[in-house]
Formats: sequence, C-alpha cells, structure tokens
Amino acid sequence: MTFVTERSRTVIAAAPPAATGRVKRGLRLAREVPLVPLAILVPFVLIALFANFVAPYDPTEPIAGAKIFEPPVWMAGGSAHALLGTDFQARDVLSRLIFGARVSLIVGVTGTIVAGSIGTTLGILSGYLGGWIDQAIMRVTDAWLALPGLVFAIFLATMVGPSMWNIVIILGAVYWTRYARVIRGEVLSLREREFVKLAEIAGASRIRVILRHILPNVLNSAMVLASLTIGVVIIAEASLSFLGVGVPPPQPAWGSMLSDGRSMLMVGDWWLTVFPGLCIMLVVLATQLLGDWLRVRLDPQLRNL
Amino acid sequence: MGRFIIRRTLYAVITLFILSLTIFTVIRLTGDPVTLLAEPGARPEDLQRIRVEWGLDRPWPIQYLAFVENVATGDLGKSFNYEMPVSALYFQRLPNSLELALAATLISFVIGIPAGLISAVRVNSVWDNAGKVIALFGLAVPGFWLGLVMILVFSVWLGWLPTSGQGGWRNLIMPAVALGWYFAASLLRLTRSSMLEVLRSEYIKLARLKGLPGYVVVAVHAFKNALIPVLTLAGVNLVVMINAAVIIEVIFAWPGIGRLLYEGIFQRDFPLVQGVVMEAGIMIVGINLLIDILYAYIDPRIRLTK
Repeated sequence: MTFVTERSRTVIAAAPPAATGRVKRGLRLAREVPLVPLAILVPFVLIALFANFVAPYDPTEPIAGAKIFEPPVWMAGGSAHALLGTDFQARDVLSRLIFGARVSLIVGVTGTIVAGSIGTTLGILSGYLGGWIDQAIMRVTDAWLALPGLVFAIFLATMVGPSMWNIVIILGAVYWTRYARVIRGEVLSLREREFVKLAEIAGASRIRVILRHILPNVLNSAMVLASLTIGVVIIAEASLSFLGVGVPPPQPAWGSMLSDGRSMLMVGDWWLTVFPGLCIMLVVLATQLLGDWLRVRLDPQLRNL
Repeated sequence: MGRFIIRRTLYAVITLFILSLTIFTVIRLTGDPVTLLAEPGARPEDLQRIRVEWGLDRPWPIQYLAFVENVATGDLGKSFNYEMPVSALYFQRLPNSLELALAATLISFVIGIPAGLISAVRVNSVWDNAGKVIALFGLAVPGFWLGLVMILVFSVWLGWLPTSGQGGWRNLIMPAVALGWYFAASLLRLTRSSMLEVLRSEYIKLARLKGLPGYVVVAVHAFKNALIPVLTLAGVNLVVMINAAVIIEVIFAWPGIGRLLYEGIFQRDFPLVQGVVMEAGIMIVGINLLIDILYAYIDPRIRLTK
C-alpha cells in the first residue's frame, strides 16, 4: 500500500501546478506584457474586424470621380478623398489595405490552426503509438519536408485553383511538419513519465491517455509553434497572391496589391509597393515578437527553435 | 557504416516514393488531368485523343507505375508549351539558378556569419541585440518585397543598378540580396547558437586555462567546430535557393528554375509544373542523404545510435 501512495504522490507532484500560483502568475504577466507586439497587432486586428466601418470606400470599386494612380494626399497631385492614393482601377489604396488586413489575418490564423491541428495530431499519434504508425507518419513528414514549403504550396494552389479557403487548407497542409516533429519528440519523453505509465496501468484507454494526459502537456509547445508559424503563413499567402495563385481578384490581398503595383514601379509610383509591404512586415514582425515572448514564457526548452 | 548508408538510402527512396504518390494523387483528385493538358474549349474527341496519347485512360495504379518508371529513368514528361522534355528544360535553367543561388549564399555568409559570431562572443551586448534585430527583420521582411523596394530605390530613383535580366555582376546584386536576406538571418541564428554551445565546452575552457589569447580561442578552436552545422545549413539552403527562388526570379526576370515553374503555372503547362516539383524534391532528398552520410562518416556516434 505504501508503494501505491508513494506513486500517487509522485503523480500529484508531476501534474502541472494548480490554482495556487495563478494569481501571482497573473500579476507577473500583467507586469510583463509584450507591449510592442500588442501595440502593432491590436490595431491591425481591430481594423480587420471592423473593416466595413473603418474603410472609407468599397475596396473593389473605383472611387467616383477619382483618377487612376493618384499619389497619397501629401504629395503633389494627391487629393483628400484617397489618403494613400489610388491604384490602376482608381480604387482606394487605404481601403484595400484595410480589407487586405482581414484576408491576411484570417488566412494567417486559420491556416496556422489547420497546420497545428494536423501536426499536433500526427505528432501525438506518432510519438505515443510508435511502431509502424510512427514510421509511416515520420516518412510522410520527411516527404513533405523534401519540398520547400512555398514550392509545394504553389504546386497545390495551381492544381486546386484559387480561393481564400483553398489557400487556408493548402497552407495548413504544407506547414504542419514542424509541429509533427517537435510534438512527437515531446510525446516520446512524456510517454515514459510516471503519470502516463500510471494511467495506463490503471486501465485508461489509449484515447483517454492521449486526450487527458498527453494533449494538455504538449499544448504549450503547440502554442509557441503556432505563434511562430503565423508569420510564415502570412508571408506564404502574400507570395501566392503575388504570383496570382492565391486570393483571387478583385478581393484585396496585400500580396496581389504588390503584384498590381509592380507595373508602376518603374515610373516611381512607390505607394502601391511600399504600403502593402509595410503592412506585411509589421504584422509578421509583431507575431514573431509575440512568439519569442511566448516561447520564453511557456517553454524555455524551445528557445533554440 | 555500410548498414547506415543502406538504411538512409532506403529512407530517401521511401521519401521520394511518398512524394511522387502525393503529386500523382493531388493531380488526379483535383480534376481531370486531361482538361489541364488540353487547350480550353477542346472538342471531346480531342480530349479522348489526348487521354489515350498520355495513357490517362488506363487504371490509376498502372498510371502510377508508369509515372514512377519515368521518374526513375529520368524522364519527367514533355513540356506542353516548350515541346521539350522537362528534365532538359530543368537542366538548361540550372546554371542560371545556381549562379543566383551562389551569389545569394555569398551574401548570406557575409552578413550572417560575422554577425552571428560577434553576437555569440559578446552575448547580451549591443552587438548581440543588433544581431537579434537583423535576425528578426530577416524573417519579417519578405525577400520579394525587399527586392521591389530595392528596384525602386537603386534602379528607379538613383539609377545605379539595372532592374532586371541577366548580365554582369550589377544585375546580380539586387536579386542575390533579396534571395539571401532570409537565409542570412537563419545563418546568423545558427552561427550564434552553435558558437555559444562550443564556447561552453570543456576543451574551450582548457584552451583558455592554457592561457591562449581570447581571439585565438575564438577564431581557431571554437569557430572551426561551430562552423560544421553552419556549413551544413548553407549546403541545404543552396539547394533550396536553386529550386525555390520563384518570386525573386519573377521580379528580376531571372531565367532560372523558379521562373520556369512560374511560366508552367501561367501557361497551365502541367507536366512542366509536376516535373519541376519532382526534380526539386529529388535534389533536396539527395543533398540531405549526402549530408547524413557525411555526418555519420565524421561522427561515429551518429551511425551507431538507432
């Protein structure tokens, strides 16, 4: 009997700390909020959410009475009705940037969720079940990694045809591999931990062990990986849209705006190129900073990723 | 060692098998490949002719075997638009892509390695923080946007560099920087972490205890060992750059493999797209296999574990 109590005590000790430290931790978190990334991300998220109210014009229709390629308001030839200028169809660049934020953030977040779900599931199955399932999943992961993500995504997008939700699925299907590798590694060590062993001895089914004991313990890593994947997915979406296999026109996406602006680069119409790129850069920069912050917070072991 | 090589080679073959199966399945799941092969609006009898000509009327497993056989013998199909074998097109463009990739590798070395080295030697100093900023921007600034901005500044406004095309070294600068930018950041991070690891090791402590001057310890003892993973990454990066520089090559009108893929997409030249993707996979699996074997050769611990 002593043996059993000893064991259960270990289990309790091994379990994540309960509500006791929560208040303290909350206070510490409040003191050390990632101010810079939030200062960038919050406005972008709000703008994306309320694009219909914020944007001065319909992003897909020309402004009535405006000329094409009007420069921003502060330059000679600019006018107050299009603050950041107009594009090749006399559409408002600012409104298109605002609605483009919506596309970028939706694709970035949902694409990451798809990738994270596939990768985490496969990583857990691979690590926990082992054997030929592990072999099979890892070989598929290798095959997926054999192609540069963007080339693979271009290939899939060419075959499937462009639409925003297709892009989400494609990017999810391309970028899950890192999750599978990292999560599998974690599960391999979790599997040997006493609380998992004990649950198995107590007769818990595999599904129960996975859902109750393994999954909660890999969620931190999955979160950190997710924060680092969002930027990659956003850039990938912009790249696909730039190449014309991403979000189809006339729906405004930052990548296709860059592509539209390219023809006017030679004449020096810089606003068509500079603004969409700045938006991509700021959002990705902020998600990266947020990811670094999360990584240090949640999982110091992942610092070298 | 022999067994290690055999196992790794087997893995590589399995990887390529799965990759080819994926490509094969995706093409057939997403629609009738015949409609991709034919001109839009082709007559039914033309479609049927193409179907028979390309063997697409046969059952899937047989089609797959034929596909694998072709890939194994180096026949990746014939480009629709160029009316040339895809592998011939691929190898025709390879030198151009290699030229660009080598230049980009040079750029990533020049930025990444010294910056990573200084960051590691002076951890948490101003230098280290500057290095972190470079690494961050390397990830956050898309290379193709950097390319566009460079064209704007150096070609349009200043008129210093040609905007596109292939020619002398002046044509190479901007695409190489745009392509090498991201890889510079990844080399920087790896150089830093690899150096930090080596600097913490026992033999470095010994070298310091012996009274060797700091720069000798860093330059001779530490750097040489820290360089191994960095050079490995650079090798993989080179192969990736050759095959994945799609947007950079499009922006700078560089006649490489990435642009070939782009043309394939736009002309709906589907054997070309499929062939280039498969060829890229083969090259990358090949370089990874080579690196695995080299590592095992250098370090017996690798070939003995598992």
